[in-house]
Amino acid sequence: MLKEMVFAGFGGQGVLSLGTLLAYGAMKEGKEVSWFPSYGPEMRGGTANCMVNISDEKISSPIDTEFDIAVVFNKPSLEKFEPRVKKDGILIWESSTIDKGPTRKDIRAYAVPAIKIASEKLENTKVMNMIAMGALVKVSQIIKTESVHTALKETLPQRYHHLLPLNKKALKMGMDLVEKK
Amino acid sequence: MGELRLMKGNEALGEAAIRAGLQGYFGYPITPQSEVIEYLAQQEPKHNYVLIQAESELAAVNMMYGAGGAGARVLTTTSSPGFSLMQEGISYIASAEIPCLFCNVVRGGPGLGTIQPSQSDYFQSTKGGGHGDYHTIVLAPNSVQEMVDFVYLGFELADKYRTPVTILTDGAIGQMMEKVELPDPIEYKPDKPWATTGKTKDRERNILTSLYIQSEDMEKKNQVLQKKYDQIKKNEVRFDEYKIKDADIIIVSFGLTSRVTRKTVDMGRKKGMKVGLFRPQTLWPFPWEKLEQYAEEDRIKFFISVEMNAGQMVEDVKLAVCGKKPVHFYGRMGGIVPAHDEIYNHIQKLSEKE
Repeated sequence: MLKEMVFAGFGGQGVLSLGTLLAYGAMKEGKEVSWFPSYGPEMRGGTANCMVNISDEKISSPIDTEFDIAVVFNKPSLEKFEPRVKKDGILIWESSTIDKGPTRKDIRAYAVPAIKIASEKLENTKVMNMIAMGALVKVSQIIKTESVHTALKETLPQRYHHLLPLNKKALKMGMDLVEKK
Repeated sequence: MGELRLMKGNEALGEAAIRAGLQGYFGYPITPQSEVIEYLAQQEPKHNYVLIQAESELAAVNMMYGAGGAGARVLTTTSSPGFSLMQEGISYIASAEIPCLFCNVVRGGPGLGTIQPSQSDYFQSTKGGGHGDYHTIVLAPNSVQEMVDFVYLGFELADKYRTPVTILTDGAIGQMMEKVELPDPIEYKPDKPWATTGKTKDRERNILTSLYIQSEDMEKKNQVLQKKYDQIKKNEVRFDEYKIKDADIIIVSFGLTSRVTRKTVDMGRKKGMKVGLFRPQTLWPFPWEKLEQYAEEDRIKFFISVEMNAGQMVEDVKLAVCGKKPVHFYGRMGGIVPAHDEIYNHIQKLSEKE
């Protein structure tokens, strides 16, 4: 089963890492994976995105036109990708900074105030991508929670390993925010 | 089974080069290829190769000439404008018959162009590129795994035929990450009696040159090269096929485009279109003969070459098909990757007309 996904937001919000962690976790579960970044003249503060495919079979194109899952952290990304979510697909959007949410009724949309929770409850906005990851894993069951833990441990450089508990906590908080529809 | 990793195409290429016994890397950073030199620079202290960030691509290619001539296993990587700068040197290297591995991570052109992926250097890579009658073997990976596999293959072919080999890939494959199985490192022991390693008493001087003032000598050199190219054409054609056995429409594409058209094939098959994919893995030598065979089969209605350029490989497809069947083209330029459904729609329209 092929799952086509996109992660989008401002550069620096951790969208590329989010995609990487997911692809890595899925690879560890024995799946085929691809990760494709937007690599135009991106910069901190500009928009960035990556497309991730996870499948049981060989993946043909790493570049997708429509998505089963979209995770967006800013308004331009919501505007760009909401129309491209497949019917009954999942859209997770950052609801503490995007003032106007998605309008489509034929998709499963989840408002996740990741930035607010990360700054107020965890006092570190950098882990807001892991809050979104928690929500994503819960509603989509795309990979196991343990696979995210493995991915964090094996992709983060040793010097950041003291941040593993914080990331796991953020992941758990994200999971608690949503209910599977 | 080798080691499994999630890697970018550019990094995987660098890692593969190390494992294949890299002895010298000479390059100059340019997007979308810079991760190669970055990766190799990070790894350098742990290994035994020489890495030099040259002052320009011109300098880099001549360092390849020198180190390759001394018998070292050498690699350079660049992207389109940089590859243009290297052409003079590649012509010299082809004439002096020095094994070197080049990788062009293509971006959109012409000119300084864009940093987005493109396939518009097909002509440059397969028809020579520099001056004089020469070819380089051109390998076209379409996955991160093939970026690794073709580094091993490229080094081997370079040594076997004493010729420059080009890996022609694009910005998307360089930048994307996929699961990759890394082969075990090999201990490279070069066997190159022709190399300029210093004269010993028991042999004549080894001279590597591309200068032959006398026409007779120059023609003789050309004959040696052409004989070698005939051998390569005979032995080294590689291609891959997908759902082609019962197809009546054949899509021809290479590199990233062949990944997109694979999806087009799946989409077409679901809708009852009998479409298959033919993917050259060597662009030179091109699989002319195999395509000619298909052109002679009654079931085939037409061919379509899908590329990220204005229509370059389509000329080789036409050469192979030789007027026996219609050959169409679909392409996007300037760094745009065509979508699988847009290609399907184009083929659908064509098949209504045919």
